[in-house]
Amino acid sequence: MRLDLGAIAKAGTSKANQTGSWRNYKPIFHQVKCIGCGLCKIYCPEGCVTMIEKKKYTVDYTYCKGCGICAEECSSSDIEMIVEEK
Amino acid sequence: MSTTTLTAPKEQSCTLLASGHTACTGCGEALAAKLVLGAAGSDIIVTDATGCLEVFTTRFPQSSWEVPFIHSLFENSAAVASGVEVALKALGRQNEAKVIAQGGDGGTADIGLQALSGMLERGHDILYVCYDNEAYMNTGVQRSGLTPFDCMTTTSPCGELSWGNKHNKKDMPSIAAAHGIPYVATASVAFPKDIENKVKKALSITGPKYMQIHSPCPLGWRSNPQLTIKVAKLAVQTGLYPIFEMENGKVTKVRKVTTPKTPVEEYLKIQGRFAHLFKSPKGKEEIQKIQEIADRNVEKYGLA
Ligand SMILES: Cc1ncc(C[n+]2csc(CCOP(=O)(O)OP(=O)(O)O)c2C)c(N)n1
Ligand code: SF4
Ligand code: SF4
Ligand code: SF4
Ligand SMILES: [Mg+2]
Repeated sequence: MRLDLGAIAKAGTSKANQTGSWRNYKPIFHQVKCIGCGLCKIYCPEGCVTMIEKKKYTVDYTYCKGCGICAEECSSSDIEMIVEEK
Repeated sequence: MSTTTLTAPKEQSCTLLASGHTACTGCGEALAAKLVLGAAGSDIIVTDATGCLEVFTTRFPQSSWEVPFIHSLFENSAAVASGVEVALKALGRQNEAKVIAQGGDGGTADIGLQALSGMLERGHDILYVCYDNEAYMNTGVQRSGLTPFDCMTTTSPCGELSWGNKHNKKDMPSIAAAHGIPYVATASVAFPKDIENKVKKALSITGPKYMQIHSPCPLGWRSNPQLTIKVAKLAVQTGLYPIFEMENGKVTKVRKVTTPKTPVEEYLKIQGRFAHLFKSPKGKEEIQKIQEIADRNVEKYGLA
């Protein structure tokens, strides 16, 4: 690798890191009791929760590190953390 | 003159901090930066001091930034941002992008304080954001000027002769405000809407602005990553992390603490960095001292 003075990296290229491989626990979005508060999406430090429709949210396991913040903060306890089996 | 676009394409504006960054699981600083960028939108140029945020977003040759980003040194984020702001003015392009400078608590309140003071003094049109995780986390949890009293870090260890950090948390917002700047605010990752409002308000004001966001660090605080938001909320509810806005040197808005008041134990006991306070009867006296810090904050800012 050559490093010129002032190293430049292209925008958004960290998406190549599939940080989902770090996960020990996995959030399951049941999509049953969801009230659409959006807290799971807002609080996710990885930015990997998305809204499919108003009361239906999903997670991109490619990046989800399994921190459990979404499950802890969910307004309707509709997200469950399970042990990840690899 | 070249007409290179200065800022990111509009359609990316919902995730301006891309996934794939390498922050620890449950990192409050990653969340805080995501929220700041989301509120600021894509027409920004950001700088950052050396520290966790810089390291976990720029694993060369990759970058998580979807907006123009410059990292130079640990101590000069505010100076680099000052240069960017002046350059934009010189090119007559200051209406194309707002400038946001960023740093950790060490990079802001200790080693970068001189550069920040210069930026505030010279009146640059910049929003400075300090991500306050209350220690030098990137190098392995050393105490900083913003580490709270009696907190255990690797350079303020606890033991027979020590309860941890001997010093009080530096009042950085007041130091910033003493420069006579128009806007100073504190915030917490527990209250994302508040962060959004404050970032938007700050960016609508011309001149230097200072914002300090309480950002739990599960690694350094020895807290459960799942509880990052709970921990942050308790810091605010107990009065240990007062949330306020200061406009032209006067406190104009505060977030009230809970009534009846939440004892500081609730906050301290879920973090390993304060675990030593619960191991001996004498620790109770120390917890009482921390309660008094919270009570003084409640009094000082009118949080009750
Ligand atoms: C001049 C200089 N001194 C020391 C360092 C080593 N260093 C890099 S990051 C860091 C700690 C950063 O702490 P803080 O600003 O609080 O950010 P955090 O990592 O906690 O987010 C230190 C000491 C450096 N890069 N440059
Ligand atoms: S477990 Fe953590 S990383 Fe995964 S989706 Fe929930 S908040 Fe995001
Ligand atoms: S936090 Fe829970 S209730 Fe709110 S949107 Fe997400 S899944 Fe639905
Ligand atoms: S050490 Fe703390 S601040 Fe740094 S990435 Fe890990 S959780 Fe975030
Ligand atoms: Mg820090």
